[in-house]
Amino acid sequence: MIETIKYTATEELADLFTQNREIYNEGCPDFMNRKRSEALDKFVKTGIPSRKNENYKYTDLRPVFQNDFTVLPRYVQQQIDLHELFHCDVPQLNTHLVLLINGWYYGHNRKIGQLPNGVVLGSLNHVCREHPHLIEKAYNQLAGISDDPIANLNTTMAKDGLFLYVPDDVKIDKPIQIVNLLYAKENTFAVQRNMFVLGKNSEATIVFCDHTLNHNYYILNNLSECFLEEDSKFNFYAVQNMHNGAVNNTHFFADLKERSTLHTNTLTLNGGLVRNNINVKLNGEYAHADLNGLTLADEKQHIDNFITIDHRVPNCTSNQLYKNILDNKASGAFSGRIHVLRDAQKTEAYQRNNNVLLSETAEMNTKPQLIIDADDVRCSHGATVGRIDEDALFYLRTRGIGEKEARLMIMFAFADEVLSQVNIKVLRQRLEELVNRRLRGELGPCQTCSFNFRKP
Amino acid sequence: MTEQDKILDTVTKQEYKYGFVTDIESDTIEKGLNEEVVRLISAKKQEPQWLLDFRLKAYRKWLEMKSPNWAYLKIPSIDFQDIIYYSAPKQKKQLNSLDEVDPELLETFNKLGIPLEEQKHLAGVAVDAVMDSVSVKTTFKETLAERGIIFCSFSEAVREYPDLVKKYLGNAVPYADNYFAALNSAVFSDGSFCYIPKGVRCPMELSTYFRINAANTGQFERTLIVADDDSYVSYLEGCTAPQRDENQLHAAVVEIIALERAEVKYSTVQNWYPGDKNGKGGIYNFVTKRGICRGDFSKISWTQVETGSAITWKYPSCVMLGDHSTGEFYSVALTNNHQQADTGTKMIHIGKNTRSLIVSKGISAGVSNNSYRGLVKVASRADKARNFSQCDSLLLGDKCGAHTFPYIECSNKTAILEHEATTSKISEDQIFYCNQRGIGTEDAIGMIVNGYAREVLNKLPMEFAVEAQKLLQISLEGSVG
Amino acid sequence: MLQIKNLHASVDGKEILKGISIDVKPGEIHAIMGPNGSGKSTLANVLAGHEKYEVTEGEIFFEGENLLELAAEERARNGIFLSFQYPIEIPGVSMVNFLKTAVNEHRKHKGLEPLTASQFLKLMEEKKKVVEISSQLTNRSVNEGFSGGEKKRNEIFQMAMLEPKLAILDETDSGLDIDALRIVAKGVNTLKSPHNATIVVTHYQRLLEYIVPDYVHVLYNGKIVKSAGKELALELEKKGYDWIKNES
Repeated sequence: MIETIKYTATEELADLFTQNREIYNEGCPDFMNRKRSEALDKFVKTGIPSRKNENYKYTDLRPVFQNDFTVLPRYVQQQIDLHELFHCDVPQLNTHLVLLINGWYYGHNRKIGQLPNGVVLGSLNHVCREHPHLIEKAYNQLAGISDDPIANLNTTMAKDGLFLYVPDDVKIDKPIQIVNLLYAKENTFAVQRNMFVLGKNSEATIVFCDHTLNHNYYILNNLSECFLEEDSKFNFYAVQNMHNGAVNNTHFFADLKERSTLHTNTLTLNGGLVRNNINVKLNGEYAHADLNGLTLADEKQHIDNFITIDHRVPNCTSNQLYKNILDNKASGAFSGRIHVLRDAQKTEAYQRNNNVLLSETAEMNTKPQLIIDADDVRCSHGATVGRIDEDALFYLRTRGIGEKEARLMIMFAFADEVLSQVNIKVLRQRLEELVNRRLRGELGPCQTCSFNFRKP
Repeated sequence: MTEQDKILDTVTKQEYKYGFVTDIESDTIEKGLNEEVVRLISAKKQEPQWLLDFRLKAYRKWLEMKSPNWAYLKIPSIDFQDIIYYSAPKQKKQLNSLDEVDPELLETFNKLGIPLEEQKHLAGVAVDAVMDSVSVKTTFKETLAERGIIFCSFSEAVREYPDLVKKYLGNAVPYADNYFAALNSAVFSDGSFCYIPKGVRCPMELSTYFRINAANTGQFERTLIVADDDSYVSYLEGCTAPQRDENQLHAAVVEIIALERAEVKYSTVQNWYPGDKNGKGGIYNFVTKRGICRGDFSKISWTQVETGSAITWKYPSCVMLGDHSTGEFYSVALTNNHQQADTGTKMIHIGKNTRSLIVSKGISAGVSNNSYRGLVKVASRADKARNFSQCDSLLLGDKCGAHTFPYIECSNKTAILEHEATTSKISEDQIFYCNQRGIGTEDAIGMIVNGYAREVLNKLPMEFAVEAQKLLQISLEGSVG
Repeated sequence: MLQIKNLHASVDGKEILKGISIDVKPGEIHAIMGPNGSGKSTLANVLAGHEKYEVTEGEIFFEGENLLELAAEERARNGIFLSFQYPIEIPGVSMVNFLKTAVNEHRKHKGLEPLTASQFLKLMEEKKKVVEISSQLTNRSVNEGFSGGEKKRNEIFQMAMLEPKLAILDETDSGLDIDALRIVAKGVNTLKSPHNATIVVTHYQRLLEYIVPDYVHVLYNGKIVKSAGKELALELEKKGYDWIKNES
């Protein structure tokens, strides 16, 4: 059964939740339901963000919620086998594959291959009921501090998503591929909640793919909380590929303990309006965060990467590298705040945001920021728009390469600086091929996918 | 704690040397602000109706506006009814020669090292001295007049050149531009006006020296500079205030209009009283400065050295309307003790082939906070616009903060924008190297800070550069035992 | 002139110098040799008063005064000059301003009037010849954009300007080609007098062909394991440092 309620604004979203509170609470543990009320209050207080909200200066979310759509406070049984419907088009990508549908763990997931002992991988809702101790203490610890209204809306309405727990000293070699599918008969607002817990000295890699399987209007509100214990290592690749009319709102919160390492790579290949929030707290000495992102956007797509890194203790390092290539009427935004708190000495934090506009009508707004409250630090940020290395161009031309080709080579190198950080070889090759053909104007991003995600 | 930290930690604030008060009779109105006060100021200055209308529009708008509430800037709430909006040194009649100026007043400016007596003035700087927002004396008027240059007090300009003032007032900074600009537009008492005619290169530096003297008084001066086609002028501004326990408000507006191929260089050395080492007293310095490069190939260049004020809030900006026009911003902002500086620029590219350059050097010591806040905006028709921004921060000690908030908005694919920012401290190795050559730690830090700021100091006219250099050293004294 | 007695020093709690004693008299040249990591640069830095190095035991007297009680700049003003192994760059600080301040601080210490700008420039012109340094270098910021050789020449130039009683040359030969080496050595020899002394810290014997030492000390593992005349340097060159390592 699908609850269909029409609304247009913050209050109506709040009413929708309040009227259906019992359905939302149903099947969830108390600790989860208690958080809903707190989060709802915070959401209502801030409201759906417009450009007046400094954090959303370049992305107005109000129009997003003005369309009619349905919400799914209960799991909906699918009529067809999603494994038949969806095939990952990256050849020979050897992963543990997990499907999610409209924010819910897919009930007919094929059996996941052999995972090391003690690893828990599955539905958040299920684990909440079966092993609440794994979740209760940490749930909403990171998102709960945030005053972001969309994060709070997630906490208000979330019921399911993915859960991963890797015990101390366990390393999962094979990447875990999580495919977030959007597939419904009507326009849908999907809410998904994930949690990743990496024990001491553990290691895991996740490939997080977003796909729309038809052309209905989708809003995905996808929030992940991620806990890295001492000496753990976590790689998180997000490959975003939704159709031009879809809205993808992601939050990624991470808490890093001593000597842990986080590596993220957000690759936005397509989407109508994409807003990625990454919030990293370096809470243990010698922790390291490495955040990368590449956006290829055209048509009227709007992509906003909003990063905050808090250096809370001494001796941590962080690196941000975000690039945007924008064509047609696409617009991009970037904010990459580094905050070095008092006494977080010996911090090294770097940030770079480089952008290229390919058309007269594309637009880029960037807001690199440094907030430094300790003196013995090395911090820098750099941002460029439109900068192509003319010396390199000249060098290539003196070697007999035509200007157009030389420019493409340089543009590809521009994008490849981010892609080369992808450590899964077949995925990297696939992405490189896509980017290369895209730069040459040979294809829309998903022409070779099983669905053409462009709106007809 | 290392030795250097200890040195940095010992904060014994050097006396602010301009902190004296001059005993001059002044014509002061009751404190408080309402529409009647606005009318009274205008009446006292015998202003024409259009100017009163401008003030009233601004005042009504201001009532609807709110004080800026920005991240990492604390502006305490200001009781606008507790401020005197008009205080002029009493003058019995129009002055014809220097002999008629109140000797106390002359003494004030002499103490500040600003000789108003022309014969003493070898350096050839024309000075307009403004005390409590009222222009006291303008020097070298005749020399300038020979070339058709108008350099006088704002009130005089309203009387003598109403058409020019009417034409350009509010062009660069509209009365409703922001909270403090609106306040200024409503209650400004005086300031400087400058017009450089077509094809004239101003033969000397023009300078305004601002001095707040009276207690409980806000200073609201307004400067308007118009550079006609093919003209050039370099303009200097200096400021000091007495040492007082209460905070005083300074909300000024500076407007620059550069027409075809005109070039205006505006330099500021701002040394308002910063408050004592515990953060008591000091000037709230809320200034709106904006230039419009209206003509093709015109250029406006802002250079500022900001060492004073309890709070500095200013963003000298350039709107590049004309094709091939250029905007520049060079800034050194030094904060010590409890000072806050929130400064930067807006570079708005509208014309084609426009260029802008931003060099900002922040230096924080004590428990101060120093922020760069800036915007570079390229409109869609600004083909081949080019910007380079360099925003560096230097921290002295572990209790201060340095923040960088740049905004870059680009809607043109042929534009090239580059922004770089770094944060660093003075390295112990650099200090040791100086020590090894016999240079004490305090001198070494002063030397390194001046070296760090040199790129900007070099942009100042010679005399100012020397003063600024000393100022940087003095402002740091005490922050390094 | 300089007496080092049983000097122990450590960095970050790790002991580097483990009991060094040297006696330097006016007019003498002492060479301190030793393999990498033996503590040569530490000794140089301790003498100059770098705060990173903690003296845990022993004494240093310079002209009868307890050196360890003096700050780095006071030692410099008393006549100790360190030619750095890696001279640091100080952006924006002009060589002229830097040296003028240093020279006048030295003069103040001696109770002399500061030099006027023109006197100072004259002195600079004179001293530039000693190390054949060009005006291009002295017009720049301190060490900024200097090549390795230029930095070393600049150090000797500063030494000429400051006329120290005791010069400590820390690996002054490293990174120098043969011509630069000759110029630097010539500079050092020109500045030599019966009233001043020099400590040459070096890894190779090469420099000692140009600056001939009266004594050679071999430093190994924080201790002086051998002291002799200049012939020791040649022996070291022939047999290598392994010879010392094996003996000790």
